Amino acid sequence: MQTVARLLRMLLEPILAISLSLIAVTLLLAVSGYSVTAALSALWHGAFGSWSVIASGTLVRATPLLFAGLAVAVAFRAGILNIGAEGQLLAGAAAATAVSVTISPAFGIAGTCLALLAGIAAGGMWAGIAAVLRQQFGVLEVISTIMLNVIMLHLTGLLVRGPLQESTATFPQSALIDEALRLPRIFPGTRLHAGVVLGFLSAAILAWFLRSTAGGFRLRMTGANPRAAASAGGIDVARVATSAFIVSGAIAGLGGAVEVTGVTYALYENLSPGYGYTAIAVALLARLNPVAAIGSAVVFGALEAGAAAMQRDAQVPAGMVSVAEACVILVLLATEWIGARAGGWSTLFRGGTPPTKNPGDLPATGDLA
Amino acid sequence: MSTVADFLDASVRSATPLLLAALGETVSERSGVINVGLEGTIIVGCLAGLATATIVGPTAALAAAAVAGLIFAIIFAIIAIWIGADQIIAGTAITMLGLGLTGTLYRVLYGDAGAALSSPTLAPIGIPMLQDVPLVGRALFRQPLPTYLAVALVPSVWWWLNRTHSGLAMRATGENPAAARSSGISPRRVQTIASLFGGLCGGLAGGTLVLAQVGTFAEGMSAGRGFIAIAIVALGRWSPLGAAMAALFFGMASALQFLFQALDLKLPYQIFLAFPYLLTLVALAFAKGRYRAPAALGARVHAGDIS
Repeated sequence: MQTVARLLRMLLEPILAISLSLIAVTLLLAVSGYSVTAALSALWHGAFGSWSVIASGTLVRATPLLFAGLAVAVAFRAGILNIGAEGQLLAGAAAATAVSVTISPAFGIAGTCLALLAGIAAGGMWAGIAAVLRQQFGVLEVISTIMLNVIMLHLTGLLVRGPLQESTATFPQSALIDEALRLPRIFPGTRLHAGVVLGFLSAAILAWFLRSTAGGFRLRMTGANPRAAASAGGIDVARVATSAFIVSGAIAGLGGAVEVTGVTYALYENLSPGYGYTAIAVALLARLNPVAAIGSAVVFGALEAGAAAMQRDAQVPAGMVSVAEACVILVLLATEWIGARAGGWSTLFRGGTPPTKNPGDLPATGDLA
Repeated sequence: MSTVADFLDASVRSATPLLLAALGETVSERSGVINVGLEGTIIVGCLAGLATATIVGPTAALAAAAVAGLIFAIIFAIIAIWIGADQIIAGTAITMLGLGLTGTLYRVLYGDAGAALSSPTLAPIGIPMLQDVPLVGRALFRQPLPTYLAVALVPSVWWWLNRTHSGLAMRATGENPAAARSSGISPRRVQTIASLFGGLCGGLAGGTLVLAQVGTFAEGMSAGRGFIAIAIVALGRWSPLGAAMAALFFGMASALQFLFQALDLKLPYQIFLAFPYLLTLVALAFAKGRYRAPAALGARVHAGDIS
């Protein structure tokens, strides 16, 4: 009984947030003079209409969101406001592309793995810059990750017009990755690729790590109350935070590598339509729980796939989806407050500031899992 | 010769919306509030400027853009300051909301073919004699209204922050909200005022972009200017004069691509676009003492304070 009650309580907020956002979008549709039924029906069919739509649309779009969402979740759990998933994802995509177009196709699946590893390393390194700036120089990670996002965007623009440009040098994009080096498709007739399995695996490993290992415990303690973690727990808070930051970047980098080897097969500037930012909504809706992030990534993947259909079939601007995403975040932030008023059953994460700042007035609860 | 004058002119033009947004963000950040939603605020100002310009003319439309920015700042303030949610997350949502809402409304208002729509723009106002000075004349003394407004705001904001009681209250709140509160300041009220000013300036920046530069609207036309403004505040070391210099620097970096086109240079201009951000990171890393970020920047001052 108690588990059922707990589960219901856990699901209450996300369901409330999604419902209220749908109501907001419906209102906006109605006010704008669109046919609400036609739009919502197009949205539904574009997201869940058939198995092929679910696999090729929703799940394919959910995959980068899942990786980026996991990246955000692990950083936030450690009290690090990494809003650089966008740049880290691009870094991973660029490195994976560089490896894929350089090595011989004879490497086959080993070459794909090499590309994914390069993506992990690049994402981790890109986050590592912000991590070092934070720990050694006290630079707010919020500001530094914004800078690094923009720098990586320009760097990608540079790469696809220079060293990584396709051989005819006409389009600002890389050469296509050889078929032998692509992530295999896992369901015939759909675009669903093995990357989605990697995403689920990453979520499971991350959940296990956070819940059942000493490292995961240290990470959660550091995020929940860095001062207590350092003094009472004897935890090297700086080291834990830096590691979590780098791991977060590595996961986002893997997401970028999966996207180029599984979906786009080439690097170009607008590879990510803001996955790194939507990821914040994904992570929040999942209440920073890695397993729940799978569900929340699918919700947002469905929204994005459905929005494309909505634009095509009902001429409703796809920008509506950003409105829905923003509403989800705002409603979650507001319900947190209502929850706190109602007796504090909902304490999302209160330790979202660097360890040196106002530790006194940030009440913290550790157990989110 | 005229290429250099063109370059300087383009630099000042590019810098103007950046400076307006950065001055607002400077005030906001000095009170401890970082508004990542600035990008959304700017683009809302863009659309509001375009939508009203055809009806009331470009000057009044500039005011409408500022009001639109203000409305977005109110949403941000309710969530981040009054509810006390995390500023960064609330700001990210505001940016998404602004980008999504303007993209949707633009198509609703003007249809899919709206791309060709153009608005009346603000004519440059030339200052007699001075505008004819070689090289810098046009860049400094023949600009549309918002540029002069931005330049006038620099000393005004400095005065507000450093020589008035409310400015002191803001700086105190940004450094140590608890201490500010115990000396009778209401951090919540101070931060609300600062954020609203930030929104007003952000909307004005968006209006400037449409009414003094582009003359039309395109989805996502703010193109990261909100994030550039946050970089400018940091590079300008949280001072209005610093912001002015940093904005000009970023303006020059983006004007370089026009210069390269004019000179038919095939240099990769992305390097120059990325360079100011790189410099900002380095400047942040080596900032010391009073040149650092306000101590309580981004802190959840009101979390748990639910009375």
